[in-house]
Amino acid sequence: METLALLITLNGEPRELAASNLAEALAALDYADAIVATALNGEFVPQRKRRETPLAPGDRLEIVAPRQGG
Amino acid sequence: MKPLAFYGQTVTSRLLLGTSQYPSPAILAEAVKASGAGIVTVSLRREGARLREGQDFWGLIRALGVKVLPNTAGCHSVKEAVTTAQMAREVFDTPWIKLEVIGEADTLQPDVFALVEAARILSADGFEVFPYTTEDLVVAERLLEAGCQVLMPWGAPIGSGQGLNNPWGLRAMRAHFPDVPLVVDAGIGLPSHAAAAMELGYDAILLNTAVAKAGDPVAMALAMARAIEAGRTAHLAGPMPPRDMAAPSTPVLGKANLT
Repeated sequence: METLALLITLNGEPRELAASNLAEALAALDYADAIVATALNGEFVPQRKRRETPLAPGDRLEIVAPRQGG
Repeated sequence: MKPLAFYGQTVTSRLLLGTSQYPSPAILAEAVKASGAGIVTVSLRREGARLREGQDFWGLIRALGVKVLPNTAGCHSVKEAVTTAQMAREVFDTPWIKLEVIGEADTLQPDVFALVEAARILSADGFEVFPYTTEDLVVAERLLEAGCQVLMPWGAPIGSGQGLNNPWGLRAMRAHFPDVPLVVDAGIGLPSHAAAAMELGYDAILLNTAVAKAGDPVAMALAMARAIEAGRTAHLAGPMPPRDMAAPSTPVLGKANLT
């Protein structure tokens, strides 16, 4: 099945990508081997659920990683 | 003397150090080592696929061999804080969360109502919550009811370096909760501030800016560690009560008459 490109908001910026689920999106965006956590439309999506989480046009995807903190 | 423990985990150092705002990653690493801190705070921020700043930072922290306490810094709502905590648990592989729900942009003081609600949700979900709170005793009671086993009242607004703005309130809190681990979190600017909190009987100090923004962060990290140790030792030693009038320390009896 061909995956059509869809327009989402990635970390606050518009982004077009071809992915039918969150796992594919991370691979397409070059995060495949990075230690990151994800939230879709404000809801946490655990790593084990990325493959079964579909993406739709207009989705807001947040990809975060460890950073300095106080 | 019972060793200090947070949620059953024994703590080796009474200094918890933030990892933000250092001049360089190398100075951060040196400061953590000099401080002797066994716990450092970290956060989660947006990761760019190309820059991958987070991956490098995480490598540096892991190499230090310290425990991490992830925070929910910058969150202004229960939902944001809970989602951030869930992401932090997965990335950092720890149930610990320093729960911050900010209520006021200028003072960065906690929204204590949202804090209690978020603490309840997270505790029920298996998190071990370290709430950034005020010295308000009623809020503290609510946080304990929500499942918190540690309380972290502010000394002064985050990053202000003002020290202990309400020593009376902090003293009352210590007296009111003699068996709850209490950490002064935020507002410490000088080693003397940290020592003063420890002299009041606080169990530990969480600070960041005072070290990171010092001219020599590594030296300041060491100074903080020593001050915290001195304050703790002084607390255990039993400080003398202050008096209004002078009292000579040298014996009066036996002084030669030289008039």
